[in-house]
Amino acid sequence: MSRSGFLRLVAERLGFLVLTVWITTTVTFLLFRLMPGDPTLAYLSPTFNEETRTALLRSFGLDKPLWEQYLIYMGNLLQGDLGTSFLQRVPVSQLLADALPNTIILTLVALSIAYAFGIVAGAFLAFQRGRGIEGFAIPAALATRSAPEFWLGMLLLAGLAFQLGWFPTGGAVPPGSNLGGVVDRLTSPEFWRHLFLPALTLVLYLQGLPLLLMRATMLEVMNDEFIVMARMKGLSRWSIVMRHAARNALLPVVTAFALGLGASVGGNVVVETVFAWPGVGRVLVQAVQGADYPVAQGAFILISVVLATMNTVADLLYAALDPRVSVGARR
Amino acid sequence: MRAARAAWRFLRGEPFAFVGAAIYALIVVTAIFADKLAPHDPREILRVGRRVARYLPISPEHWLGTTSSGRDVLSQLIWGTRSALQVGLTAAIVVVAIGTLMGLLAGYLGGWVDKLITRLADIVLSMPFLPFMLVLAALTQPGTTVVVACVALLLWPNTARVIRSQVLSLRERAWVEAARVTGCSNTRIMFVHILPQVLPLAALYGSVAIGWAILAEASASFLGFGDPNTVSWGVMLQEAYANQALGRGAWNWFTPPGLAIVSMVLAGFMISRGSEKLLFPKLADK
Repeated sequence: MSRSGFLRLVAERLGFLVLTVWITTTVTFLLFRLMPGDPTLAYLSPTFNEETRTALLRSFGLDKPLWEQYLIYMGNLLQGDLGTSFLQRVPVSQLLADALPNTIILTLVALSIAYAFGIVAGAFLAFQRGRGIEGFAIPAALATRSAPEFWLGMLLLAGLAFQLGWFPTGGAVPPGSNLGGVVDRLTSPEFWRHLFLPALTLVLYLQGLPLLLMRATMLEVMNDEFIVMARMKGLSRWSIVMRHAARNALLPVVTAFALGLGASVGGNVVVETVFAWPGVGRVLVQAVQGADYPVAQGAFILISVVLATMNTVADLLYAALDPRVSVGARR
Repeated sequence: MRAARAAWRFLRGEPFAFVGAAIYALIVVTAIFADKLAPHDPREILRVGRRVARYLPISPEHWLGTTSSGRDVLSQLIWGTRSALQVGLTAAIVVVAIGTLMGLLAGYLGGWVDKLITRLADIVLSMPFLPFMLVLAALTQPGTTVVVACVALLLWPNTARVIRSQVLSLRERAWVEAARVTGCSNTRIMFVHILPQVLPLAALYGSVAIGWAILAEASASFLGFGDPNTVSWGVMLQEAYANQALGRGAWNWFTPPGLAIVSMVLAGFMISRGSEKLLFPKLADK
């Protein structure tokens, strides 16, 4: 693809990202305000006194008509102002900023391990095409994808944490101690000990996709002309598989990784809940359960934006890596 | 009769699809006869003497033991098939109906309709599924309706895309041209001529959607947004988690519902994998 063609694609994708984010935030606005019942009930805790109530009503603009509320909401969003938590009385953006690194660390660690394993195992299985191991490995990979994430987590928790006592049963640090900054977390062995089980749960859940994808594309690539060519040149089987086939088969897997990163940030909701991992997903669940609507709204918007952004990144990665993709001929 | 024989021949040739279909059959039979098969009422609080029969281990009277509130795990597991099928089938039917309609319109009509639907699909796909369901459940009311609605609202693009690409190739065929020449309206061509051709493919996506819906219901229940009045596998797992079954090592309580979910979702995957070879013979030798 030409350089200008690629730049045009980037511009087009970014434009679409902006559109998506705008629609998502608008849907969120409508969801939270147009639901049956009094919207002020959703936004104001009954424990507030009259003074805070009026002040809050005004700060949210809830005394104004809907379109004006919408403009205020969008204006606040653009400034990064997501409101104030009912329950904890701190800015929502601060709560989310505290939780986001934990979610990102958990997701990145789990995804990297899952994809490293899936790529190697998938390539290996493609190599073993038609042998007995397929009959076991493919149903096994499918089965881990069929299991509810939280149930995998429950099994690991019951076995490795409660029964054997090898790992803590939840949280990110021992009870009572402070979480500290991101650097403190990454250098603390306790943090990693707490990370182990939630990450393992995600790895088990996530490895199936890269494994099956890698295997399928490897099998496809192995029939391509350039592989036949390499074989005719007399290259060794290993060299063909690793240096020629695998590199080409990696392409969909790389795209899936970017997509997976976005999806996991939202999908981690249940795993974070099982292990009481202080991430964005758990913030969302607790906010929803506690009717802390500004927090729920903020967390939902954050998760949607991450997902939409990673979808765009995946698209662009695919275009950048695959010379066959031409602008405008997507899908 | 011919269809039945053809289906049987297909199942015999495809071990994956055979196992999947067998699992579905088992679950359907269990759901139909749940009231006869279950040894107890799933909500009955059982007693030993005057005390509630809490956390009984596996025994001849209680094959899978009892829960923390003295309910029979096996009976709950058996009754759970009903809610699983109910959620799975309704969601699958709705999602496939929407997806097929959208795919058909986009693929056949093309132009701005196609552009609009594809864009809409892209936007819907960038909505996070579980968080969306949580927020919707919290703002309306928890229960299976929200689960079905979310699956329908957010998962139709997967089906629509595949149907669309299938329709794109179908509409170029000679018989479509023939139909057009004889004066068939677009509606008639779409729904009478093309639709039957893409239905098998739609059904394939339906079998995967059943699994998605069951996983969604389980997650919603686990997070506390299920219908507490139904006996479902998700609610069972949530109760086990909330009542310290993990710490007590009550494996007999929290393992079976999870295995049931896995087998049902897996069955959908297996059927779709098996029938892929039937629908796309080119893939068969890969």
